[in-house]
Amino acid sequence: MTGTIMGAADVSRALTRIAHEIVERNDGAADVVLMGIPSRGLPLAHRLAQRIAEIEPGFDAEAATGALDITMYRDDLFKNPTRTIGTTTVPAVGIDDAVVVLVDDVFHTGRTIRAALDAIRDLGRPRAVQLATLVDRGHRELPIRADFVGKNIPTARSERVDVRVEEIDGEDAVVLRKGE
Amino acid sequence: MRHLLSTKDLTKSDAILILDTAAQMAATQEREVRKLPTLRGKTVVNLFFEDSTRTRISFEAAAKRLSADVINFSAKGSSVSKGESLKDTALTLQAMGADAVVVRHWASGAAYQLAHGGWLHGSVLNAGDGTHQHPTQSLLDAFTIRKHLVTSPLGADLNGLTVAIVGDVLHSRVARSNVHLLHTLGAKVVLVAPATLVPVGIDPWPCDVVHTLDEAIESYDIDALMMLRVQRERMTGGGSAFFPSPAEYTRIYGLDGDRLRRLPDHAIVMHPGPMNRGLEISAEAADSPRSVIVEQVANGVAVRMAALYLLLAGEEAAQ
Repeated sequence: MTGTIMGAADVSRALTRIAHEIVERNDGAADVVLMGIPSRGLPLAHRLAQRIAEIEPGFDAEAATGALDITMYRDDLFKNPTRTIGTTTVPAVGIDDAVVVLVDDVFHTGRTIRAALDAIRDLGRPRAVQLATLVDRGHRELPIRADFVGKNIPTARSERVDVRVEEIDGEDAVVLRKGE
Repeated sequence: MRHLLSTKDLTKSDAILILDTAAQMAATQEREVRKLPTLRGKTVVNLFFEDSTRTRISFEAAAKRLSADVINFSAKGSSVSKGESLKDTALTLQAMGADAVVVRHWASGAAYQLAHGGWLHGSVLNAGDGTHQHPTQSLLDAFTIRKHLVTSPLGADLNGLTVAIVGDVLHSRVARSNVHLLHTLGAKVVLVAPATLVPVGIDPWPCDVVHTLDEAIESYDIDALMMLRVQRERMTGGGSAFFPSPAEYTRIYGLDGDRLRRLPDHAIVMHPGPMNRGLEISAEAADSPRSVIVEQVANGVAVRMAALYLLLAGEEAAQ
């Protein structure tokens, strides 16, 4: 099955559900900090934060959202062309003793999340780290799992999953493509 | 990029990439844990044929913050003092598996020779060769200027800014590197020096030349004033062949409190160090709030981290 797997309405519903799940799992959102992994995890983190703020009025969406660039923690730096380093921003309150929810668009091999866990270790010591992802396409290469998943999409290794978001691509969609 | 030898080789987009990467590196240096795992398993050799404190320490700190292994090699007390050639030293480093060689040498062109002699597989970073180039110094100068004088620095060039470089241009690799880099980034460069300290054949350089500091302050809207060190160790005759007396040099080219106050309010004062206080810069100017000299040193580590990252990460570097 190739083509558009999720449209804008599907993406929106999935994010709303994940926001509720995050609040439910953590008995509220008092200590929750959302860290988006650039590029497309970051706008998703901001949207999740807004939805959590709608559910939990005391939650400050802006103050509890950050960006986590993992380029310098990757394990494939010497197997690919040189990557440009992105910006990491940590909420002013810091992440010590917080519940950090990592937000990414596609959960695949788990290597990005491994790098993110290392990056978080250098920023502080959260009470817990959870993972929210819009799409889980399988093919894990490390023993890492997601806590909140928008949609599980069975894929072949050769296929590509493109997540498109309004803030960067002008539309919300999840598209599955045949591999070349 | 494979080597960093001269700012003349850098395109505008190369230069901006280095400065942007340095900004991200600088941000990591404000954290509690300042060490990054990025260059684990890589070996960086500091090969210094000439004395240096801040450049060597800065490169060493940069490499260590990125988790690379660092081997320091200074010509004093090594086989070089027994007459070993640059080539044999390079072959030795190659055999030890150097991924990057940071070289400072008294001969102009030594870094180029090391990079293109076919002796080394690794990247070569020029940390100053004779009176030729010192690219990481000018990159850290540009980084400092951009940070202070450009409103949203990330991705920006230095278009519209005027930088005056004052003093011993003849012996200064810092001046040569800066003229080209600042010009590439769109800034206007004014050199201020006595005629005896202006290199022969300066006409094609993309800059203006004036011969007194007062004239420069009056004729240009200076945004950044960069004082150069009077390099007496490179002057035959200890300086007397180039200007009549240190007192006269100070009177015409020295930056004191009075000249500092005649600069525009936003202007910053820079010096690559080490300073000759009382000769090219007075203590009042060096210690004023508008002096960014100490910050330049901190920015130097970030810029060198960026250079090491861009040269060593990536598949080409993996051989």
